[in-house]
Amino acid sequence: MLTKKVKKRASFLSALLCLSVIAIFIILKSLSSNILYFKSPTDIKNVQDLNLSKKIRVGGMVKKNSITVKNEEIIFIITDFKNDLKVSYSGTVPNLFSEEKGVVAEGKLQDKKFFIADRILAKHDENYMPPELKDIMKNVK
Amino acid sequence: MIKFFNISSIFVWIEKLINFINSIFFILLLIAISIALIFSPADYLQGDSVRIMYVHVPAAWIALGSFSSLALLSFLNFIFKIKNLSLISKSIAPIGLMFTFLAIVTGSLWGRPTWGTFWVWDARITSMVILAFFYFLFILSHKLILDEEKANRISSLVAIIGFINVPIIKYSVDWWNTLHQPASIKITGSSTIHSSMMLPLLLMFFVLILYCALIFLMKYKTEIIRIKKKNLKRL
Repeated sequence: MLTKKVKKRASFLSALLCLSVIAIFIILKSLSSNILYFKSPTDIKNVQDLNLSKKIRVGGMVKKNSITVKNEEIIFIITDFKNDLKVSYSGTVPNLFSEEKGVVAEGKLQDKKFFIADRILAKHDENYMPPELKDIMKNVK
Repeated sequence: MIKFFNISSIFVWIEKLINFINSIFFILLLIAISIALIFSPADYLQGDSVRIMYVHVPAAWIALGSFSSLALLSFLNFIFKIKNLSLISKSIAPIGLMFTFLAIVTGSLWGRPTWGTFWVWDARITSMVILAFFYFLFILSHKLILDEEKANRISSLVAIIGFINVPIIKYSVDWWNTLHQPASIKITGSSTIHSSMMLPLLLMFFVLILYCALIFLMKYKTEIIRIKKKNLKRL
């Protein structure tokens, strides 16, 4: 079964596989900041050279009791439970946008604490359950 | 064991299996779809759009699973040059491509009402598109390269290199920030899907697996017939 040819092909394959895994790992490592779909408020806080003209995405949880609506402008706070970022947005929000739910905002930073969004995406979490169960859970809390 | 893999006896087995699956498939499909679309509860947050998940998640699982088996078969085929393996992987590839598309399209339809957009280039979705690309390359290399030996070699390499993408897809939601939610069903630990939704999901998965088996057997049969007709390439 294990002729010389078979051994040669096997070693060729394993060498190829190792090399490509390493290559892809290096590529992904160097691209990692681009692969991130959004930055967290902590990332924003730690960023050194702030580029205000560049469009970025910020994501996290909508802080509890932080949504205020005035004159078609929605102001809310995105939090990752370490740092906060105030976001202002005017327009329609997705149905799933609500407090204590995930959100991704696309737009420009004004400064490190204030962000003007021109697009809001709701991020769904991994929990799926029927509505009755949710009510029960609320009552228990 | 050797006799089982003999081409004429395998032919009889395929025929029997196809008939068997045909006899139960449509009943099971009807049951699974009615549970998934009518009798299962709506989600507390997404409402009825959760029902898209019952196709989307099994389709994605099948897409990943069939690529993994494609890679394994190609690996063995590349080293040991067993012709039967290349027939099997040739029959798996179109199914995998179809389910990859299905997962992408249903995901996009689900994304509109929940996320608020049809399409984003986050890590999970992009890596799924790359998977479709690898499936496509695999199929193309069999279609375009006329020399069979060479086609087998190149398609095997495509499948093996492409397999690196599979764990990237699986863990993309954990490694990077993505819009796509993390996995609800974990190999270890409890899943975050309520049991009343888990049942239709698993049922749909089972039915779609049956469907895959059916399509696979039919395609495998035609591949064998093609070789028999040519009568030059014995397995």
